[in-house]
Amino acid sequence: MRAGTKRVRLVAMAALTVLTFATAACAEDGADGTTTPGASTGTMKSGLKIAFLPKQVNNPYFTTSDNGGKAAVEEIKGNYSETGPSEASPSAQVSYINTLSQQSTDVIVVSANDKDAICGALNEARQAGAKVVTFDSDTNPTCRDLFINQATAEGIAANQVKLISEAVGADGGEIAILSATANATNQNAWIELMKTELAKPEYAKLKLVDTVYGDDQDQKSFTETQALLAKHPNLKGIISPTTVGVAAAARYLSGSTYKGKVQLTGLGTPNQMRAFVKDGTVKAFALWNPADLGYLAAYAGGALASGLITGKEGDKFTAGKLGEYTVGKDATVLLGDPFSFNASNVDQFNF
Amino acid sequence: MSEPVARIRRALGTWDAVVLLALVAVAVVGALTIEGVASPRFWRFVVLEAIPIALIALPMTLIVITGEIDLSVASVLGLTCSVMGQLWVSGVTSLPVLILLSLLLGGALGAVNGLFITGFGLPSLAVTIGTLALYRGLAYVVLGDRAVANYPTTWTTSAIQPLPGTTIPWMILVVAALAVVFAVVLHAMPIGRGLYAMGNNAEAARFAGVDVRLTKFWLFVASGAMSALAGVFWTLRFASARADNGSGLELAVVAAVLLGGVSIFGGRGALLGVLAAVALLGVLRNALQLAYVPANTLTVITGSLLIASVVGPNVAGMLRERLRRRRTTAPTVSPSS
Repeated sequence: MRAGTKRVRLVAMAALTVLTFATAACAEDGADGTTTPGASTGTMKSGLKIAFLPKQVNNPYFTTSDNGGKAAVEEIKGNYSETGPSEASPSAQVSYINTLSQQSTDVIVVSANDKDAICGALNEARQAGAKVVTFDSDTNPTCRDLFINQATAEGIAANQVKLISEAVGADGGEIAILSATANATNQNAWIELMKTELAKPEYAKLKLVDTVYGDDQDQKSFTETQALLAKHPNLKGIISPTTVGVAAAARYLSGSTYKGKVQLTGLGTPNQMRAFVKDGTVKAFALWNPADLGYLAAYAGGALASGLITGKEGDKFTAGKLGEYTVGKDATVLLGDPFSFNASNVDQFNF
Repeated sequence: MSEPVARIRRALGTWDAVVLLALVAVAVVGALTIEGVASPRFWRFVVLEAIPIALIALPMTLIVITGEIDLSVASVLGLTCSVMGQLWVSGVTSLPVLILLSLLLGGALGAVNGLFITGFGLPSLAVTIGTLALYRGLAYVVLGDRAVANYPTTWTTSAIQPLPGTTIPWMILVVAALAVVFAVVLHAMPIGRGLYAMGNNAEAARFAGVDVRLTKFWLFVASGAMSALAGVFWTLRFASARADNGSGLELAVVAAVLLGGVSIFGGRGALLGVLAAVALLGVLRNALQLAYVPANTLTVITGSLLIASVVGPNVAGMLRERLRRRRTTAPTVSPSS
């Protein structure tokens, strides 16, 4: 008998210890009570609980974007939190959405691991009063209030052509594209738009001579770059609008005699490209700025929860230092043109 | 029998009770200290999450008791989801037919495991690590990186429909009914005693007239079919069939089985403890999430709990052994030798 009660006490104590630890880590409660309901006179409510739910935590890209969101939430005097699964799976994300909904979060800013699988949970959270803003990766439009789009295909194409033109210089010359797979929908759309862009008079001296495919494999992209340079001795520049391709091409160029003679640009991440920017292989490359993406998403969520916008086309709101934004078709807000990284700013980013 | 030996023996016999009490303790303490744990919605979410784990844990308990393991369960789930999605896309529009085909597929995948293990006498750990990769690979062959999500909403909402007047999904009744079936097989039928015998000593079990190979074969078939059932539920709950559905779920299942007091070496354990452990892990994780505990800390806590559950009974067993030896040998052996 005595042993029995002791055992019970032990288990209870163990459970208590765990839970004490848990509650100690608990953030202070949100200050929902201080907000004035229905104040749609153009001011952002304060004390909004805004939670960022990335595809996964411990991912430098999302750490950067969520910190951008944190800065925005602090500006509008809200309560910021970041939560999420340690692996990028839809089911784990659903569990966190349920938790956020139970915590009466005002705004859930989420990058979806699956556009359909988290829909039910998001809609349940919206019924409970939360506003849902997606960023980086969208859900079905019926499950969220706004999507913050990082870049359009037109914007990417225009940016890439501009960067290679600047790198090659006024004399122009032959250029080539190192793509991912031959049937990648987004890559092909960008390449088509780049061709349209190249037809403009200001790019008359640039001549696209070849498009090769590295299949988003490091080795293949590396050897395709090698073959490209052997085949076109007059090549002046390469565009690689894929993070795998541009890093592999940069590695080949930086170790070859073509370094500095053949220019390279593309879509890449600062951590992959930093060394090649510093050693002169690459003058500039592009991607969006994830910090700005998170910042804008937080402001959009705040505007929704404050009743300043409803998410319909034409709604306007101000996003702090980024300025004014207008909601476009399908409840989408476009961040803007891709962000160019070069030697002067690449060290400010870690993702 | 000396008092400490009896006490430890009793403690071992009631590991189920320990887990059950821990579950109640966590639920009560959680409800008192964390806002939201006491709400019906919390329990709805916990149950929704626990259903697939519980479904797979039922056959897994029996398999681990016989001294084997099935690590391919989550991949069977994933492949079932892929095939179910593909069948739906290619025009199979009857839900009963889809469920039946899925269960048959799961059973067949389990039979492949069973055949390799019992037919060729290969270790289940090696075979099911192989099929873990193989079945997941096939899931990607079937569906690639596509997701099939256009199921009728009547299907997807009926999968998570609550019992009238509650927030608890009705699927819990299916889990309960199946749990009764497995419990009867394990604890009330002669075959159940045979399973424990296999775990303790397969050779002796064979001599005692238990068909070890055939029994194990059917256990793996059951494991496949139950994983497929979990796959059907998964697809409908998330309204999405994807090749990576449920990836890593095998670890959650094995964790619950071990925490539930089933010995990884076979021969010991009970279903009640396992079901309590499934619930305990679910409640603990959701409650801590509500208390703003970050994902990384959560993983550390679950991991520590698992280590404790594996080490605990073994240390107790060692202690018991040492105590017994001291009792029987102390009077005759000189301590200085």
